[in-house]
Amino acid sequence: MFSALRQHRSFAHGIHPPEAKDDTRDLPIKQFPFAPVMIVPLSQHIGKPALPVVREGQEVERGQLIAEPDGFVSVAMHAPASGVIQRIALAPGINGRMSPAIFLKPFPGSSQQVSEGEPCDLATASPEDILLAIQRAGIVGLGGAAFPTHVKLKVPDDKHIDTLIINGVECEPYLTTDHRVMLEQQADIFTGVRYLLKVTGAECAIIGVEANKLDVAQSLRAALPTDIPVTVEVVAVKYPQGAEKMLISALLDREVPSGGLPSDIGVVSVNVATTAEIGRLLPHGRGIQERVITIGGPAIARKGNYRIPIGTPLRFALEYAGMAQNVSRVFLGGPMMGQSLPSLDIPITKGTSGFIAFSDAQTAAPVEYPCIHCAYCVDACPLFLNPSQLGLLARAGQVERMADEFNLLDCFECGSCSYVCPAHIPLVQRFRAAKGVLRKRRAAS
Amino acid sequence: MSARGHTLQIHSSPHIASGASVDVIMRNVVLALLPVVAFAVYSFGLAAALTLLVAVFSCVATEHLLCRLAATPTTVRDWSVTITGLLYGLTLPPALPLWMVACGGVIGVAMAKFLFGGLGYNAFNPALVGRAFLQAAFPVAMTSWTPAFAADRFSQLPASTFTMPFAAPVYDGVSGATPLSLFKFDGQLTATGDLLLGLTNGSAGETCAVLILAGGLYLAARKMLNWRIPAAILATVAGLGWGFHLLSPADYPPAGFMLFSGGLMLGAVFMATDMVASPITNAGCVLYGVLIGVLITVIRLWGGMPEGVMYAILLANAASPHIDGLIQPRVFGTGRG
Repeated sequence: MFSALRQHRSFAHGIHPPEAKDDTRDLPIKQFPFAPVMIVPLSQHIGKPALPVVREGQEVERGQLIAEPDGFVSVAMHAPASGVIQRIALAPGINGRMSPAIFLKPFPGSSQQVSEGEPCDLATASPEDILLAIQRAGIVGLGGAAFPTHVKLKVPDDKHIDTLIINGVECEPYLTTDHRVMLEQQADIFTGVRYLLKVTGAECAIIGVEANKLDVAQSLRAALPTDIPVTVEVVAVKYPQGAEKMLISALLDREVPSGGLPSDIGVVSVNVATTAEIGRLLPHGRGIQERVITIGGPAIARKGNYRIPIGTPLRFALEYAGMAQNVSRVFLGGPMMGQSLPSLDIPITKGTSGFIAFSDAQTAAPVEYPCIHCAYCVDACPLFLNPSQLGLLARAGQVERMADEFNLLDCFECGSCSYVCPAHIPLVQRFRAAKGVLRKRRAAS
Repeated sequence: MSARGHTLQIHSSPHIASGASVDVIMRNVVLALLPVVAFAVYSFGLAAALTLLVAVFSCVATEHLLCRLAATPTTVRDWSVTITGLLYGLTLPPALPLWMVACGGVIGVAMAKFLFGGLGYNAFNPALVGRAFLQAAFPVAMTSWTPAFAADRFSQLPASTFTMPFAAPVYDGVSGATPLSLFKFDGQLTATGDLLLGLTNGSAGETCAVLILAGGLYLAARKMLNWRIPAAILATVAGLGWGFHLLSPADYPPAGFMLFSGGLMLGAVFMATDMVASPITNAGCVLYGVLIGVLITVIRLWGGMPEGVMYAILLANAASPHIDGLIQPRVFGTGRG
């Protein structure tokens, strides 16, 4: 055990949940069929919703632009299939709220062929051209955050970026999409790195891979291009190693300042699937119309990694993958940070990295004990917060003190504290609620 | 919400847990104490067995009845009060009148645990509060020791055990002075080997250093005990003891004697490490341990009593929240660079 720790770099603290990746890690990415109706929400990203540029009844080609970015913090949407725009109306989203979406009915026998756009030529494009192309391609962080990538890449002029980090850690249990992308789309990834190096002006790029994907590290290293400064680094298997701050800490031993951004310490980090999409789409001027998603968990018969058109209804996707009739819990993303879904009648969006379904019987919530100060949470928190103290303050409703004295707003809700708590106190859940209260209060005052 | 014939459960993430549980931790502490308990019964016979039984029963019953009185669900199933009972019994002279044993158990659990809000809220180690009460109320009985390994220990109980409440206990002819009192009052040193193996007189469960350390190692390996606390206590006591012995070997005992005599091992490994009443950070735990070590040394070397572990830990318990106020983890992305 100790030799393994010494072998690979990591951050301090963290936890080791069961990886649960064996079911799907070796399954190649499969193309998904088109659903009878696709629902493309206009807001799949953080920022302003896109503006539709199609009319009801209009015929569109797969890959055609159907909504434009509205302002800088917004991205474009593209038709996931060739078909007819049925209507533009409200549709239920992941958070349970209704939001505007474009309903698209694919033509029967619609081809997988994607229409070509105006290519972004790596040799001649300026950094601004590339940023614009990324925005026009509708690219957002595919790791789950769905933050517009071009905004993240827009580094303030007074900051110098020396290192570009490509995040291929994928530390959430069950998820294997990045694993497959790194095995199957290496050329796309390296093309993406070329674009990203040019945009950020970074001197070198590091692809960070967790030690449970040594096959990836080996094959990426074998395929490394020699004309760009890119390397592959293996980091220890630990959760949440894939968090941006943790990966930067592991690879470079630099700390992103509290409340700051990686660019403050000369780093930009991009998810590896996002990088692959940049490399796959920009040379053809295309936009994101599908993404790789792991469908797994005990309630799925045909587990796998699927390339699924954006807007595919979740119910269609899960039934295609052989969901058990007695399914009881479905998570969007992994079991550590994923959201549990109230309904299957929602569309798949760009930020979806996986669906994990369970069919276990209703489990009683474990007894909650008082905090016994065991310090398990203190030793787990990757940001060196004091979840024990924060939990006591949350119970007392002292949200201001949580933020002012105990750095509540640094918490990125990885859930390690709740995972280890022997008193079964819903720590991160309470921090989430406290942040909500704080946000409302600060907005009101 | 229904999703075509089935209901989906909703829960805020994370959706998996490590499986660690307070009652599992507590049961493991009980498990780690069992060899110490067995040795107490082996060396002091029926008297120690009865003392431990009454100690555990009085503690558990007090907590259970108080919960019933307060109309809250009973908390005895989390096993923490069983630990309190066992630890409390292990710190008592084996021939202590049983009514006193029961009194201390009731006081410790009622005043130091229940009144503070139960598990998780006790500022002081309840076992030690119970013992401190006895020490103040019955100083003679609390310092009357029976010899270990008496030939008739499994056939006969000491006369003092069944003393009626408020009657003066009568002790049999043979008294068994502890290594610490032998040194303090008679200037006699006990061999370190005897101290390690528990071949001496003393409180029921404090004599065998080896078994106590083994229990501590087991808990530390399972991460149910912060090893920094006993390490800091023992290092401080050994370091200070060594220094003073060097200065004046006639007045101060050697470090080995300081380490393995009296209640130091039991206190350092099982009492000071009470998670609730000790600091939460590793650095805080070290400071807390050093504080206990210094207090023990001061009380032992210059105090009126031969032993100071109990008061040292109780005082450090009081300091513990303030140590937490002083030492917090350094939040990622602050302070450095």
